[in-house]
Amino acid sequence: MKYVDEFRDRAFVAALVERIKRTVRQPWTIMEVCGGQTHSIVRFGLDGLLPKALTLVHGPGCPVCVTPVSLIDDAIRLARQPQVILCSFGDMLRVPGSQGDLFGAKAEGADVRIVYSPLDALELARANPDREIVCFAVGFETTAPPWAMAVIQANTLGLSNFSLLVAHVLVPPAMEAILSSPHNRIQGFLAAGHVCTVMGYEEYELIAARYRVPIVVTGFEPVDVLEGIAMVVSQLEEGRAVVENQYVRSVSREGNREAQAMVDMVFEPSPRVWRGIGEIPRSGLRIKPAFAEFDAAVRFRDVLARSGPSAREHPECQSGLVLQGLLKPTDCPAFATTCTPEKPLGAPMVSSEGACSAYYRYRGHMVH
Amino acid sequence: MSMTDQAAFEPACPLPAFEKNTVQLAHGGGGRLMRELIQEIFVRAFDNPLLATMHDGATWHVERGTLAFTTDSYVVRPLFFPGGDIGSLAVYGTVNDLAMCGATPLYLSAGFILEEGLSLDVLRQVVESMAGAARAAGVSIVTGDTKVVDRGKGDSIFINTTGIGVVPSGTHISPCLVRPGDVIVLSGDVGAHGVAVLSVREGLSFAGDIHSDSAPLHEVIGDLIAQGIEIHCLRDLTRGGLAAALNEIAGSAGVGMTIEEANIPVLEPVRGACELLGLDPLYVANEGRFVALMPASQVEAALAVMRRHAVAGRAVRIGVVTDRRSPPVVLQTVVGTNRIVDLLSGEQLPRIC
Repeated sequence: MKYVDEFRDRAFVAALVERIKRTVRQPWTIMEVCGGQTHSIVRFGLDGLLPKALTLVHGPGCPVCVTPVSLIDDAIRLARQPQVILCSFGDMLRVPGSQGDLFGAKAEGADVRIVYSPLDALELARANPDREIVCFAVGFETTAPPWAMAVIQANTLGLSNFSLLVAHVLVPPAMEAILSSPHNRIQGFLAAGHVCTVMGYEEYELIAARYRVPIVVTGFEPVDVLEGIAMVVSQLEEGRAVVENQYVRSVSREGNREAQAMVDMVFEPSPRVWRGIGEIPRSGLRIKPAFAEFDAAVRFRDVLARSGPSAREHPECQSGLVLQGLLKPTDCPAFATTCTPEKPLGAPMVSSEGACSAYYRYRGHMVH
Repeated sequence: MSMTDQAAFEPACPLPAFEKNTVQLAHGGGGRLMRELIQEIFVRAFDNPLLATMHDGATWHVERGTLAFTTDSYVVRPLFFPGGDIGSLAVYGTVNDLAMCGATPLYLSAGFILEEGLSLDVLRQVVESMAGAARAAGVSIVTGDTKVVDRGKGDSIFINTTGIGVVPSGTHISPCLVRPGDVIVLSGDVGAHGVAVLSVREGLSFAGDIHSDSAPLHEVIGDLIAQGIEIHCLRDLTRGGLAAALNEIAGSAGVGMTIEEANIPVLEPVRGACELLGLDPLYVANEGRFVALMPASQVEAALAVMRRHAVAGRAVRIGVVTDRRSPPVVLQTVVGTNRIVDLLSGEQLPRIC
């Protein structure tokens, strides 16, 4: 398959591994930001091909994982309203809130639907004028444009039964939060290729300069990831700290201006709590006041204000440390013991981009 | 007075004309309507001497030997999908389970749970598809049952089929025969059925022209046995896909397995859809594919026989059986590394981005 097979080529992979081995002279710790990259690394065993001096650390780039418990509880509370059809992407449904997950709510009779695109949800709103369509809009900069487009279209069509429960987050503020932590040990980043496809990478140039950290915009296939690592290592060994673009087949410096304009029209930055990490200023998106009628937080403010059980993490779950790259999933005492995909304590065990799920699925549960 | 007004003034009737084309609770009530339904739809389509006796069950004479017996229920949505429908699936699925025991399928039962309000035309179409599939597979549907449930208490049609077949003497196929060193042969490309059903159910336009692989497998299996090829174990790849089938066999045989990603055929559009949705084709359902595990000495002859049949035209060797280990199934990736292929906890869910 074009754009896949050539980036999974065994000879290219071997050549890149050789290049990395030739370049590395001292130990380095590199974070891949995106959960899609984490899954590629674990699925293809790429970390096992690297010299011992390199440590790969998995980053917070799993939107499902960083969605706060309180918002999952809100989604479940809205789904239980008889007039509501709650739409979500599939892998959000198994993520535990403080009182169960959306699958559980569905089993108890809530109308929860898996959608494949925001436009599917818009179609549901048109087809069910007597129901309230609430979309659990979770994601990074990649999924913000289609949700923005859905709101713009709903506005144009005059739909009055369509709203978003927005849990959108932004990558650069999270990278800065990690870099400014006193516990930080990250010396270089693989930035998320698809996020940069939308946003470009100008904003990463400020981060690279301010924190003296090399950042390479990187794709998701084995050849992409290894080439990204080779480029970061070259910078580290040469004492450079700039933004470079490995994912040239998809990313330009300015990104997709039309998509950015759509996001700017509908959303504005806001402070956001990241699950397991805490609040990060200007790291989330919320709907602008001009589109408030499409904001489920406004539309259902009465329902959401009713005091529900307080949103709490499971005390054994250390996903915050995993998401900041401070703990490897397999070093968590709960991993594969009290925390499994059947009974997850935290989101990274069940999200398709979660680091714990990648280790459990591709490395097995016999690691202890 | 218009036609509509006329209709409105007709006296109320327990069976209004417009409902006659749908299944009603009375169709399961044991009375005249049920008898009509059975005669006009089921008996007419399945037409065979054993069914025609209209006895409580079918009876036939048995020679001494070994019988194979299996059952399965079918709840697919939508009922019709590219490459098949619930009717043909309900026949082929059970025929294939018999074939995997090394049996020649003979007779099927068919149990229907129908939802009130189901269109009789749809039912007729499904039943005719079952009859066609039964003819193609050389089996007779010789007994059956119909129940009707209230509207909203079912999902249009559920079908259960149970099958009986005869295992040729001297044939013994079972996971407990699998030994380290055996070779794993896969009959063709994987993942098409699951993606085809998903694409129509969810209206995924990008999935394009993907057809289910639903097909009867008894002929190719019968041919392998008739040619005297020594087979240790057969398993059709249904729910959970290739990954689940291999894990199940490895678990019951107490062995490990190593398979090579590069050798596992997946059609381009199926791969594309799986890449986009974040699904692993190894876990996607199939309805016309199987694995055969056999001593290495048998592989060339087995591949030659399999490739004579359209349903196994792309048969390939995908891996070998090893000593027991945990987790049992390891995949050598296309880039030359290893990863495990474990059972998933549930169904795969499409991802966010």
